[in-house]
Amino acid sequence: MSAHKIYVPGDAAAVALGADKVAQAFADAFKAKGLDVQIVRNGSRGMHWLEPLVEVVTPFGRRVGYGPVNPKDVGPLLEAGLLEGQSASLYLGNVEKIPFFAKQQRFTFARCGIVDPLSLDDYKAHDGYKGLARAIELGGPATVEEVFDSGLRGRGGAGFPTGIKWRTVAQTPPQQKYIVCNADEGDSGTFADRMIMEGDPFTLIEGMTIAGLAVGATKGYVYCRSEYPHAIAAMNGAIKIARKAGYLGQRIAGSDYDFDMEVRVGAGAYVCGEETSLLESLEGRRGLVRAKPPLPAHKGLFGRPTVINNVVSLCSVPFILANGAKTYSDVGFGRSRGTMPIQLAGNVKYGGLFECAFGITLGELVEEVGGGTFTGRPVRAVQVGGPLGAYFPTSLFDTEFDYEAFAKKDGLIGHGGIVIFDDTVDMARQARFAMEFCGVESCGKCTPCRIGAVRGVETLDKVIAGQDRERNLQVVEDLCHTMKLGSLCALGGFTPYPVMSAITHFPEDFGRGAPLSVAAE
Amino acid sequence: MTTGYAATSAARGRYEAWTPARGTEIIADHLAMEGATLPILHAMQETFGYVPQDAVPLIADALNLSRAEVHGTMTFYHDFRHEPAGKHVVKVCVAEACQAAGGHVTSAQVSKALDCAFGETRPDGQVTLEPIYCLGLCSCSPSAMVNGRLIGRLDDEAIEEIAAECRS
Repeated sequence: MSAHKIYVPGDAAAVALGADKVAQAFADAFKAKGLDVQIVRNGSRGMHWLEPLVEVVTPFGRRVGYGPVNPKDVGPLLEAGLLEGQSASLYLGNVEKIPFFAKQQRFTFARCGIVDPLSLDDYKAHDGYKGLARAIELGGPATVEEVFDSGLRGRGGAGFPTGIKWRTVAQTPPQQKYIVCNADEGDSGTFADRMIMEGDPFTLIEGMTIAGLAVGATKGYVYCRSEYPHAIAAMNGAIKIARKAGYLGQRIAGSDYDFDMEVRVGAGAYVCGEETSLLESLEGRRGLVRAKPPLPAHKGLFGRPTVINNVVSLCSVPFILANGAKTYSDVGFGRSRGTMPIQLAGNVKYGGLFECAFGITLGELVEEVGGGTFTGRPVRAVQVGGPLGAYFPTSLFDTEFDYEAFAKKDGLIGHGGIVIFDDTVDMARQARFAMEFCGVESCGKCTPCRIGAVRGVETLDKVIAGQDRERNLQVVEDLCHTMKLGSLCALGGFTPYPVMSAITHFPEDFGRGAPLSVAAE
Repeated sequence: MTTGYAATSAARGRYEAWTPARGTEIIADHLAMEGATLPILHAMQETFGYVPQDAVPLIADALNLSRAEVHGTMTFYHDFRHEPAGKHVVKVCVAEACQAAGGHVTSAQVSKALDCAFGETRPDGQVTLEPIYCLGLCSCSPSAMVNGRLIGRLDDEAIEEIAAECRS
């Protein structure tokens, strides 16, 4: 047992900001001084403007933070008494008292950034595997009902009730069934899946195990995008540990249930985040979208009944089982129950992950939590819900963060990513990018998406060049209408959201007059 | 003592030369898997640095698929290379969160500093520059991945470091 313990995040965002070098600098300094200090590579607390955020356990057992730490700060910080938790430059005190953190309600991310991601003991000491214990006690059918009662809806973006998906699979006759975790988090502005897989991978394992037990599936796959090497490494490491400890494999945790899982790596296709395309990819084919029905719940992976859920949905399950459906559903707004890990990204002062109950307004999130832009310029637009989400002007900042409230304003919350743009943004270029992205990533199966996206880019290029603007904008609107109603999946079907919202809310960027609501401000 | 996991990043210059025997061995390692095509293609690329054309019929034969099916799968995904990449691989995120943080300017700067267009390998084989749609570093954008290493808040200094690394 080391005399001291410090935490240097191994989260990819922290690493991108130099955390590996900081950890190395600490290791070198401890070696030179002959100090026995344990360096834990934890997940991120989600306050990315403070990364690398180093935490120290003081002799009194308190945990205090310093950040953002640069490798050259390591020597001076140790001199100033970092190991004793002394106040020094970069001193943050108890990081849980920082307003950004203190205002959150962390259900799903309760352990992320706190525990050692690959320590099963640490996981269990922080309420880990309590959910599974309860599920084993309840049995499959009651576990499904518990998830249904929690009101949990798919956090990948579609917002479909998780309990209904589980029920459908549970009701199919006994046979080989699968749990598939969609970890193909391709939306720009989102990183919740990545963070929890890196910072608390056992939560996903527990969530998938509970899902398996609930519906009678014995095999699980995590389909993770290849752009996330750290998450893949963390998941693979955790699966090995869980298997060795009897939490995966036959008779899990001493029960009568069997469940095992593995990670499969995607290959850079955004469309594989669409559930049927993902299943095709897992089966080893081109990621072409399947027509529904049949639903994956009836005929999913290899034609078998399959639960396919997003990472955050599955990671919410252990909390729901451990604390009861009511604890989860007691918070929220309207039909959106529980909490949502919201990701603040792009040109933002305080960027990171903010988990809170549904119902907070977009304005609060952007201005109060996020602190506006880091460039210090006024916010002009925010894109909510990834590349297929609508652009919102500041005049809609009173919109509550809720599936239905966003739908009413012709937008979507998607996977909870908010990308903030300042007043230098050219919305015509953003609309063109949405079409371009759809064209690059289209699987090609349906015509509205495959052809519409290419025509969209061509036509928006004409609009941008000032060529016959009004007529070409009408063509774009017509294209969007066809894509929205005629596409097989959300890629073609939702690309009109960013395009049409840009044209509607920011007409001046397309050579049309300013909208009244913006002009009135 | 340090705990944690280490992401494996492709170490440059460690790739093997293609031989059918080695290809067959890789395939054999994966035959017990359900849906083995993508794992095999990934393993081929990790071993040889790309997926050699000659691997396609071997995979098709082993998995009882047509060559067209394997070719179709391989060409669908952006990740799989048809020829070896440059000595250094630089991927710059071009998605919205990075655009919001000035990514249009930085990506052009990177291209200029490396003297390499996006989607291409420089004629001297020293560097391949690719656009990537999101590394999940959207709160510290613009971001890039250089030889498997992540870089956030790409600024002039970071771009100069990338250029220096790619000269080595």
